[in-house]
This record gives sequence, C-alpha cells and structure tokens, in this order.
Amino acid sequence: MRAFWKQDFQAKATFSRMNRREKTSVLVPHLRLLASLFLLLMISSVAHAAKIGEIAETSWAEQALDFFALKHPAIRAAALGALLIGFCCGTLGSFLVVRKLALLGDTLSHAVLPGVALGFLWNASKDPWAIFIGATGAGIMGVALVGWIKQTTRLKEDSAMGMVLAGFYGLGVCLTSMIQNMVMGNKSGLDKFFFGQAAALSSGDLWLLGITSSISIVLILLLYKEFLAISFDIGFAKAIGMPVRALHYLLMALLTFAVVVSLQAVGVVLVSALLITPAAAAYLLTDRMHWMLVLAAVFGMVSGILGAFISYLSNNLPTGPLIVLGSTSIFALALVFGPRYGLLTKILRRKRQRKRIALENTLKSVFHLSENSGFTRKEFDISELAKERNQDLASTEKEIRALVAAHLARHVDSEGDTEWSDKARFQLKKSGWHRACEIVRNHRLWELYLTNAAQYQSDHVHDDAEEIEHLIGEDIVQRIEERLKNPIQDPHGKLIPRRDQITA
Amino acid sequence: MQREKLIPEFDWHTVFVQPWSEYASNSLWIVLMGFLVSGTCGLVGCLVILRRMALVGDAISHSLLPGITLAFLLTHSRDTLPMMIGAIAAGALTVALIEAIRFSSRIKADAAIGIVFSSLFAVGVILISVFADKVDLDAECVLYGELGFIPLQEVAYFGDQAIGPEPVVRMAVIAVIAIVLLIAFYKEMLVTSFDAGLAASLGISPARYQYGLTLFLSIVIVSSFESVGVVLVIAMIIFPGATALLLTDRLSTALWISTAFSTFYAIFGFHLATWLNASIAGGMTVIAGVLFGFVWMASPNQGLIVQYRRRQSNNNENLEPFNQGL
Repeated sequence: MRAFWKQDFQAKATFSRMNRREKTSVLVPHLRLLASLFLLLMISSVAHAAKIGEIAETSWAEQALDFFALKHPAIRAAALGALLIGFCCGTLGSFLVVRKLALLGDTLSHAVLPGVALGFLWNASKDPWAIFIGATGAGIMGVALVGWIKQTTRLKEDSAMGMVLAGFYGLGVCLTSMIQNMVMGNKSGLDKFFFGQAAALSSGDLWLLGITSSISIVLILLLYKEFLAISFDIGFAKAIGMPVRALHYLLMALLTFAVVVSLQAVGVVLVSALLITPAAAAYLLTDRMHWMLVLAAVFGMVSGILGAFISYLSNNLPTGPLIVLGSTSIFALALVFGPRYGLLTKILRRKRQRKRIALENTLKSVFHLSENSGFTRKEFDISELAKERNQDLASTEKEIRALVAAHLARHVDSEGDTEWSDKARFQLKKSGWHRACEIVRNHRLWELYLTNAAQYQSDHVHDDAEEIEHLIGEDIVQRIEERLKNPIQDPHGKLIPRRDQITA
Repeated sequence: MQREKLIPEFDWHTVFVQPWSEYASNSLWIVLMGFLVSGTCGLVGCLVILRRMALVGDAISHSLLPGITLAFLLTHSRDTLPMMIGAIAAGALTVALIEAIRFSSRIKADAAIGIVFSSLFAVGVILISVFADKVDLDAECVLYGELGFIPLQEVAYFGDQAIGPEPVVRMAVIAVIAIVLLIAFYKEMLVTSFDAGLAASLGISPARYQYGLTLFLSIVIVSSFESVGVVLVIAMIIFPGATALLLTDRLSTALWISTAFSTFYAIFGFHLATWLNASIAGGMTVIAGVLFGFVWMASPNQGLIVQYRRRQSNNNENLEPFNQGL
C-alpha cells in the first residue's frame, strides 16, 4: 500500500517537474513568434489563383528575384500556402513519428478522399469549407475504424490501416468517377486533389490553412505536456488521470485538418510524406521534443518554399512531388551529416574508437615490458616492443609514432621526428603511463570479477577482459573494486595497479 | 454519358441482364480480369498479412511508378518484359532503402516506409511530368487503372489461335505461377510465416522466403496496377486475406476462402460499377469493404456480434452467484 502511494507521489512529482520545465521552455517564444509572423503574412496576402508559370519567360536569376520578392499575388499565394502547409504538417507529423504511427498519416490522407468527393457534391462547387468538413469527417472516421478493427479482430495494425486506406480510397475513386460522369463534373477540378498544385490555392484555401495552422499552434502550446505524455508514456498519462482517448482524437482531428488543407497543394498520395519526412529528419537531429517540433516545422517550411520555387521556375512541374523531394533531400542530409546520429558521425566515432583501442593496446604492451623488468626500466626500443606484441617492426614503429603524436610517449634520443631505427628508444610520458596502468587495472579487475563473482574458469577470462578493458569507465571499475574488496592480485597472480598509484 | 443525378435508379435489366446479353464477351473479359487480379493478389495477400508486410506492399505499389516510367523512357515500349524488370527493380530498391534507413539510423520501420515510398512516388510523378510528351503513361491511369478498357487491349495469340486480351492472358499466367509456387513452397511459407525460429532451425532461411515473397509481390502488383491502379492493388491484396482470416484459423482454408471472395468482388464489383457508372476497380473495392464489414460483424467465431453475446453471457454468469446469494 505504501509503495503504491509512493509511486503515485512520484508520478505527481515528475509531472510537476515537467510542468515547470514547460514554463521555462524555449519552445513558447519561438512558436509564438512564428505564429504572429504567419498571421501577419496572412493578412497582407489577398491572393487569387493563377498558374504561376505563365508569369515570366525571363532569365533564371530574374525569376528567382521575382519569386522571392513575392510581387505577384499568385506567387504570394503559392509561397504562403507551401510555407503554411510545411509548418502545419511538420509540427503535427512529429507526434506521429515519435508514436511510431507514421503510416497513419498515409491512411488519413487516403481516407479523406470520399469526404472530399461528398463535400464537393454538397453544393457542386469547390467550396473549401464543405470539402473541409466532409474530408475531416471521413478522416476521423477512418482513424477510428483503424482503432476499432485493431481492437476487435486479430488483424494487426498494418492490415487495419491498409484496409481503411484502400477501402476509403476505393469509395472515393468510385464517387469521383461518378461525379466526373455528371454534368458539372467536368469543371470539378477534383483531379487537383491527386497530385496537387500550390498555384491553384484560392484565397479561401489560404484562410483555411492559416486558421488551421493557428489552431494547431495554439493547441500544441496549450496542451504541450499532455501531448508529450500521451506520445511517450501513455501509461503514465493514464495514471495521472489525463483524458488519453480525448487527447488522442484531438491530435487526430488536428492531423486531419492539416491533411485536408494540404491536399490541394500536394495531393492525396504525397501529404503523408510531408507529415513523416520533415519530422523524421528532425528526429535524427535532436532528442528533445520541443526542438523536434521547431526543427520539423522549419524543415517543412523550407521544403515547401523550395518546392513552390522550383515548380515556379519550371513551368509545368506539379508542386507536391517537388515539395516531397525537397523534404527527402533534407532527410538525406540529416541522415548522413547529422551531428549526433548521422552516418558520417557514426563512422568517425567508430574510427576514433578503433584508433583509441589500438593506442591503448600498445600502451598495455609497454606496461607489460616494464612489468617484466620489475618496473625498473623506463625506456624501451622498438624491437623489444615488436617482440612483446608479436608483430613486425614497421607496424610497431607506426604504433609508437601514433603514441608520440597523441603526446603519450616521447622519443628518447631526439625530440624531433627524425629517422627511426629499430634500436630507437622511447619512453612513456606521465599521461601515457597513467593510461597504461588504467587499462591494465581494468583488465585485471575484470578478470578477477569474472572468476570470483561470475564463476568463470581463470583460463577463460582473458579474451573477455581484452574487449571490456577499453569500454568500462572509472565508476564501474570502482564498483568492481569495492565488490571484490580492493584486491591486490589478479587470477593469474599478477599485481593489479592501484587507483592511487595511477593518479599519483 | 452525362447525367444529373449521382446515383441512378436501380434497374435490374441494365445492371444485371444487359451486360451478359448484349456485351457478353466484354463483360466476360472484365470480370475474368477482375477475378484474376483479386484472386492472385488475395493468395499472395494472405501470406503478406500474416507476415505483417501489408504496408510494405503499399510502399512497393507506389514506388513502381518511377520504375515503370524509367523502363518506358529507356525502351520506348510498353512491352511486358521491360516494364516487369523496371517494376521489380523499383520493388527491390524500395525494400533495400527501407532496410538501409532502418539499420543505419534510429528511424523506425513505419517512418522509413513512408519516406521511401513517397519519395519514389514523387520521383515518378516528376519524371512523368518532365517527359510528358514522350511518356505514354497517364499518371491518373496509374492511380486509378481502368478495368473497363481491358476488352479494348491488344489480343494475344497462341500460335494462330486468338486467346484473349493481352493483359488477361498475362495475368492468367501470373496466377498460374502463383498457384504453382504456393503449392510447391506451401510448407516453407507456412513455417517461415508463423515461426521464423523453427524455420531457421529446420534449415529453411526465413530471409530468403521473405525476399522471395517480396519479389513475387512486386511482380503481382506490376501486372495488376494497370487494371486497378496502384492504390487499389492494396485493397485487392489485403481485403480477401483479411476477411478470410476472420473466418478461419487455417492458412489453407483462408487461401480457398480468399479466392471465393475474389470471385464475389469481381462479379458484384462489376455490376455495382455498371449500375453507378463508376470505376470498376473502385466498385470492387467498395464490395470488398462492405463484405469485410459484414464478416467483421457476423463471423461465427470472432465477429462483433459473437463477441458482444459472449461478453453478455459472461456478465450474466459472473453475476449469478451474487444474484443467488442476494
């Protein structure tokens, strides 16, 4: 009973800590700034649709200037639309990616199609509000259906999503083909919903986009910690009494809004990319949710602008795929060059580690040489070390050079980097000697730990220790030492270098 | 055929009789093609669902677009072979990229699938728009497919004997291959689907069968997409298997049931589309969805109704001792 109470208390404490952190979070001013920026842009733009490509047949640079000066209302509409879509999808998509629901975005974007068709039928025009309402209804129904199928049948989530995706889409295709066979169907422009054309955004669409973005920002800011809790630890969220289901559906509703308003600019198939890719790129760069949101929004906006710009430069390319490729490029860059999880970083880190291990192995051999002489000798020549390490002179010399370069050893005869003969003598510097002692200490303590605490045979422990000596840190070594009650000898009867010896 | 009303009046004669009296041969080819597509997809789909690869299928079907576009641009023909090669290459690339992203970063499978297929699809759409004058591929045709055009396709000949529209013949060949492969590797597929560990210990490499299935999946998708479109291929892959798995616990039974369902989709989808004057693939999907809904409700072992009854009777049983005591 007491433990349970304590648990509850801990949960509350964590929550209030979260609360406090949220208040000082850097997120709030950032997003607020962005929000006001958007609203400002919204108000200044009274745009009407036109095909942007028709504007100019001028040089590349001039077109670029034209585009970024935002002189023409159609350009302004397309750019603003792409920007808002990127922002909206990027932010909301982050929640999908961290909850491993990325393909729910795909399901959602396909599931809205029958709603779009029905909304269009409502008064036989491309009234953005009717389409918006129809599509939102269909989207939320689709998401609810996925959950319901998953709960009541043994079909797994992927099949449930696939069925809702394809089933709703099939219904949508049916309705669309029926509408196109009708009298007014010819001017429907429903085909825009498949591939998207940012330039086709009307001012009504833009208003819708602006309002959706604003609502999303406000709700994310207000309910940030709730969304955070249901995304990362749903059990915790339930335990402290959050309305988990309501929050989930609220998030889904926001997502549906984002998908629906983006449909016309990027098309049904590619909206999901805007939800997933910028967020995934951000996920590769940071561990903190608020930074992920900010980064994903920025990536979304950058790819939106890029896509709109390239689509503008090249007359007939659809905007949606270009935006998607923009965000894919950002993702690829993050995948390769990301400072923390990038491929390049990983390769460099592995290389550095291999180099460190090589250095440490050399140091250990020098320690053994010294130990064999009863710690009387300090200087050794290369051939001695080569014999100890059981390898040829050339590679040993290379190792010594690496030690010298790392300031762990010194060349005895001359300080400079002159000719080395196999009789050349070297000496470990103080730092090198300490490191060597540390490694040997790690090695021997681990061997002793395996024999004494894990009941290994003493002739089986060397290989394991050979690996682990480079990896365990000072704290683990100290704990082993305590547990073994400050031993003096390793299982093979050799002395374990003491801690105070190393640091002295 | 333009009209004012969305849903025309139902007329038994035009919907069910006319197609089989006046346009009998056309109807036959359309329904046969619909059956071959959904039947083959359904057989492969049962395995795909059991292996939780449903969305990999979705990914492959989308990323076929750049594959077939490139194949078309390189060979300037719509022959089966280059298209197949392009499609298989695209399918392999999709799977390879998904695996590469998963293993080289902390991105999870779902996000990796989403990123890869949408990017490849975008590349395909852009290729089509850039080479619009050279490519005889209509992006919308790729998206929807049109079963209605099947009777108008070139006729395939066997020797001098005309057999039928070329896509139908091709699909029939694929279907036969699928059945042969399924019979030949049934046991291996069964073991690797349900217990990869056991399979590995029996010397059956699960990875090899996984890749084999993926490869065959892309072949089936590429031969189907022309008639049902890239998105509805997924419906044909998932629906028969998923519906069948609600009715039975045995894979072999599920395969039979899924084939029966495919027949149902093809026939009634065709008539639904005739009635509503809508896309036939769309009609088949709607039928598939409705049928799934029905089975979901009424399945004898796992249906919603049975579940509800069971819960009710459980509640009653649990309450009984209390009732008696009171």
